[in-house]
Amino acid sequence: MLSIKNLHASVEDKEILKGINLEIKAGEVHAIMGPNGSGKSTLSQVLAGNEAFEVTEGEVTLNGQNLLELETEERAREGIFLAFQYPVEIPGVSNLQFLRTAVNAMRKHRGEEDMNAAEFMKLAREVCKQVDLDPSFLKRGVNEGFSGGEKKRNEIMQALLLQPKLAILDETDSGLDIDALKVVADGVNALRSPDRAILMVTHYQRLLNHIVPDYVHVLAGGRIIKSGGRELALELEEKGYGWLGIKDEDAADAPAN
Amino acid sequence: MATTDNEVKELIKREYEHGFVTEIEADTFEPGLNEDVIRRLSEVKREPEFMLEWRLKAYRRWLEMDEPDWAHVHFPKVDYNAISYYSAPKKREDMPQSLDEVDPELLRTYEKLGIPLHERAKLAGVAVDAVFDSVSVATTFKEQLAEAGVIFCPISEAVQKYPELVQKYLGSVVPPSDNYFAALNSAVFSDGSFVYIPKGVRCPLELSTYFRINAANTGQFERTLIIADEGSYVSYLEGCTAPMRDENQLHAAVVELVALDDAQIKYSTVQNWYPGDEEGKGGIYNFVTKRGACIGKNSKISWTQVETGSAITWKYPSCVLRGDNSVGEFYSVALTHNYQQADTGTKMIHLGKNTKSTIISKGISAGRSSNAYRGLVKFGPGAEGARNFTQCDSLLIGDRCGAHTFPYIESRNKSAIVEHEATTSKVSDEQLFLCRQRGIDPEQAVSMIVNGFCKEVFKELPMEFAVEAGKLLEVSLEGSVG
Ligand SMILES: Nc1ncnc2c1ncn2[C@@H]1O[C@H](COP(=O)(O)OP(=O)(O)OP(=O)(O)O)[C@@H](O)[C@H]1O
Ligand SMILES: [Mg+2]
Repeated sequence: MLSIKNLHASVEDKEILKGINLEIKAGEVHAIMGPNGSGKSTLSQVLAGNEAFEVTEGEVTLNGQNLLELETEERAREGIFLAFQYPVEIPGVSNLQFLRTAVNAMRKHRGEEDMNAAEFMKLAREVCKQVDLDPSFLKRGVNEGFSGGEKKRNEIMQALLLQPKLAILDETDSGLDIDALKVVADGVNALRSPDRAILMVTHYQRLLNHIVPDYVHVLAGGRIIKSGGRELALELEEKGYGWLGIKDEDAADAPAN
Repeated sequence: MATTDNEVKELIKREYEHGFVTEIEADTFEPGLNEDVIRRLSEVKREPEFMLEWRLKAYRRWLEMDEPDWAHVHFPKVDYNAISYYSAPKKREDMPQSLDEVDPELLRTYEKLGIPLHERAKLAGVAVDAVFDSVSVATTFKEQLAEAGVIFCPISEAVQKYPELVQKYLGSVVPPSDNYFAALNSAVFSDGSFVYIPKGVRCPLELSTYFRINAANTGQFERTLIIADEGSYVSYLEGCTAPMRDENQLHAAVVELVALDDAQIKYSTVQNWYPGDEEGKGGIYNFVTKRGACIGKNSKISWTQVETGSAITWKYPSCVLRGDNSVGEFYSVALTHNYQQADTGTKMIHLGKNTKSTIISKGISAGRSSNAYRGLVKFGPGAEGARNFTQCDSLLIGDRCGAHTFPYIESRNKSAIVEHEATTSKVSDEQLFLCRQRGIDPEQAVSMIVNGFCKEVFKELPMEFAVEAGKLLEVSLEGSVG
């Protein structure tokens, strides 16, 4: 489904991704782990088309289609979904309006009619329930005043609503309490399907107890330095990144400032 | 479509060229302003003597005044002798006969605004009365209003039919000497609306001058007077849109509102005069004086405005809170794009005891435009226990536009309380990215974010107007991203 070859990307002339190679097939769940500042969010943002990052080399295809020449919104309509590590607030724009606009934009792309308000409301309530989010959140401004955990559940709710082909989850498990972690994991598991792929960035092996990945990759210094199965995460938990010969200053290959 | 387009352009040009007509036909006065012109104007309109005197006095006052000059609005000098001050309605034959003859660009704009087809035809100045049976509809409304005793008619008709009311209240809120444009308007106003709501009557309809067009030959100097007698209520809507013209057009209207004891007036405007093109060519100069006087106790006047049009806007709908416990409100959204300039705001003059005012101003700037809020909150010595709350928010789209806030407070009463909040924000790249990541077009995203920013004001608008205002923002913001 997704094929990344020798991907290099920089921000403000600083190279962050230094040759990423990754193949993800439909139905698979891939976990990406790695030290802070190693480029995990950068990879997620680059795949989603954030223009703040410049791709300097490499190829990315989604089902054979060159992803890099598509605009952000076109990629989204082709089925790329990014759950943000730090979701931004859009004051005054209700979650409901935002999501309905999004759903209808996707439908339009597929040549379908707009979904009417009642139908949409029903659907939105259902997905809210799936992530244990009170329907009153639909009326609130997008992420406006949401707690950290609520923001994360809100992201998963959107993935459930938009039914993407490739869901990229950037630390969706961070900052969640134990119950919320379970709820989010259930949501992600509900997303699993033979025709969908999931790429999730996480720091914690405990998430992988709930969402069992097919592959685990370690990203460090802008490269994937090790890949393995589920057991790699357990090994990392036990031995830390030092075991792979990564030193702290290596992590981002960049000065801390 | 191209030929039609040219035809219309020709038509528009022709209108402008046939500047003056012979004395006998008196369709359009030749350009120029002097006492004779005013006398002829008053005569053609069959006005009573007092009206002529009033106009002449205003004219003489105007001659002594200097054109205002503000730091934040720049415009080329207007040649007042190049303007024609009277033009009778066009004859049917001169108007476009069907929608096919109308500028397609204009039609597209109406379509985007979601205006129904027959409305569009009316707006474009097509002679439609014969085709669409709108006459009977108007009559039904008239009957309903007459039953309630509400007077709603052109001000020129009111001058003849209700001279006592006109003489008593015209200029009572905005005297001709108030400012340069008010004086000019008083001297030469062509027409406008007159409303009188009798004691204790809640006007059964929302009165509106819905999407009236300001072609070259109709009132650029409108005069509106609304009087709400004791315990009455009225909601008045004013929608404006204009055809595109290369020439700058001057629009100097005066609106006066009078609220007696326990009366309430809600005045909503959606203004979309032609703002000029992307290079700043053409567009309306909108110099309007709008003021409401809460002369009775417990009275209330609310101004709600959504301003997206005009090349230059200079407008401060204000409230004079004379009656004890009276309330003034000002809710405003002003959007500027391309080379537009807006200088708007309000004045809340607290004179009575326990008077209250609320100001919510939302300024949105895009392109190379400039948007200024200028507000004055004044407390007279008698304004015991008065209070004001002001909130001014600015939203910037891109980095070549500007927003300025000038709040002025004058207090001569120690017990008065003022609260002021101001914010400036930008439509951030992160917000745009989030929207686009969910499949939303960047332009739609901006318009959604802007609409969210304006929510507090939109909720003050009557329902249909709120929808329209949202659409208007979307159209006005076209090309603001990318
Ligand atoms: N807009 C930017 N401007 C400058 N540097 C940036 C920008 N975005 C990311 N970086 C830098 O790129 C490097 C990788 O950041 P990234 O967010 O991808 O790390 P990460 O692996 O997601 O880390 P974490 O685990 O802390 O979330 C960091 O050194 C970061 O400071
Ligand atoms: Mg990160």
